[in-house]
Amino acid sequence: MWFTLSYVAWALSAVLAAWMLFDWFKTDTTYSEDVLTSSREGEIEAATEKHKL
Amino acid sequence: MTDAAITTSPSTVVPGQRVSLLRVLGPAHVWALGVGIVLVGEYTGWNFAVDKGGSLAALIVCWFIGLLYTSVAMIDSEVTSTVAAAGGQYAQAKHIVGPLMAFNVALYLVFAYTMLEVSDSILVGDLIVTVAGTEGLERHAFVVLTIVLLAWLNYRGVLMTLNVNFVITAIAYVAIIVLFFSVQPWSQGTVLKLGELITPENALPYGWIGVLAAFHFGIWFYLGIEGTTQAAEEVRSPARSLPYGTMAGMITLLIGAAMTWYVCASLLPWEYLGFTFFPLFDAARATGSGFLETLLFWGTVLAAVASANGCINDAARAWFSLGRDRYLPTWFSAVHPKYRTPYRSILFLLPIALAFAFIADLNQAITFSILSGLLGYTFMSINIMMFRRKWPLGSIRRGYTHPFHPMPAIALLSICVITYFAVFLGYGSQLIAMTLFYIVVSVWFHFYRYKYVRRGDQFTMPWPKPVGY
Repeated sequence: MWFTLSYVAWALSAVLAAWMLFDWFKTDTTYSEDVLTSSREGEIEAATEKHKL
Repeated sequence: MTDAAITTSPSTVVPGQRVSLLRVLGPAHVWALGVGIVLVGEYTGWNFAVDKGGSLAALIVCWFIGLLYTSVAMIDSEVTSTVAAAGGQYAQAKHIVGPLMAFNVALYLVFAYTMLEVSDSILVGDLIVTVAGTEGLERHAFVVLTIVLLAWLNYRGVLMTLNVNFVITAIAYVAIIVLFFSVQPWSQGTVLKLGELITPENALPYGWIGVLAAFHFGIWFYLGIEGTTQAAEEVRSPARSLPYGTMAGMITLLIGAAMTWYVCASLLPWEYLGFTFFPLFDAARATGSGFLETLLFWGTVLAAVASANGCINDAARAWFSLGRDRYLPTWFSAVHPKYRTPYRSILFLLPIALAFAFIADLNQAITFSILSGLLGYTFMSINIMMFRRKWPLGSIRRGYTHPFHPMPAIALLSICVITYFAVFLGYGSQLIAMTLFYIVVSVWFHFYRYKYVRRGDQFTMPWPKPVGY
């Protein structure tokens, strides 16, 4: 039983890894690099916290 | 927020819209992240301190290291409630100390969390193989599944990731409480045999030098609570949620550590307790109760899974932050437009964790994690001094102000120095090798990488100029 479980673990790992690789490829080919890397640190902070006491 | 709207809903963005991490977390998620990363330390790791100095030494370092981490939690809460950005201590270092310190701190974080993730997954694999008792069965399949499954979960979104962490961390913690009350802690001699197992002769078998040496693994009681700060950019109210979640987590862990030591030291001889990889599970087996044995088996597995889960979350955010500031290629700063996670950083760190899981043994992985964490704590003590000097109380808004400054910073630095000495006693060559590694990458960053950084863009906090500038 334990050997069967280990084969299931290998198979499940392969499926999940393949899904992530596929989604990565799909995302990178659907959106431009500018959109994907458009996150900026402190944007919401700048909008909500003015640090004026 | 100039050229495009900041998107905060989980729906898919349209081209041209800015993609950011989602602000969806609350204090319970912060607690789940911090305690989730750390709780595995009660299930394994801390007990190697017993091997270094005996059961009493483990209790002494439990208290002293508890003081260290209480200082860490207070200092972190103050700074992070002000510097609310992904990357946690990296973002703090960037704004308060400078870019070179920030680069190093980010590497400490990535190493500490990735090595801890590796240790956790090895633990899961080893435990399953131990319980299976089947000749020829290897841990690799279970190790790989743990890492890949959790990477997938992290890839799919932070809210579900930390909801899962909350549930499994709570179960693992309740398992310790159930074990504690099942052995009738109020009645020594009935089940627990503390007086017989710890005697004046064996309480400190190597004397006070053993107590010093025990600091090395005593850090495992709480290692990783500072990981709560990595959620800063994804919590709805950083100024409230981060201090609340971190402090609640620290209180949870102090209680858990005390219960763990008491039960384990009262059920297992110190020679065995310092050697086993599964102290709480073995303590449950020593009671002879099948229910407790099953409960603590699952507690160990879930604690290790929760820790690995939180580590993937934190390491990916530190790596993502480096990319966003161009300290590394900006390619790493991509956010998934649907799941709003740093998906490229998650995927990049996945094969690295798998590689270490195959080549490293548990003790070495733990030591690399401890050393990187320790370097980070040393930074924190210096960081808070500079933060208070450059931006004194009253100059900027703080979500939380820690008391008794500078005593926590001094206590933190002092205990860090003791722990460096303890690590040097056991793993001197690794300590020197890691220090050299960080010196080499610092030189690389200074002379090669920093020229790609847009210097003005990296300082994002709308603070007044620091005192003296």
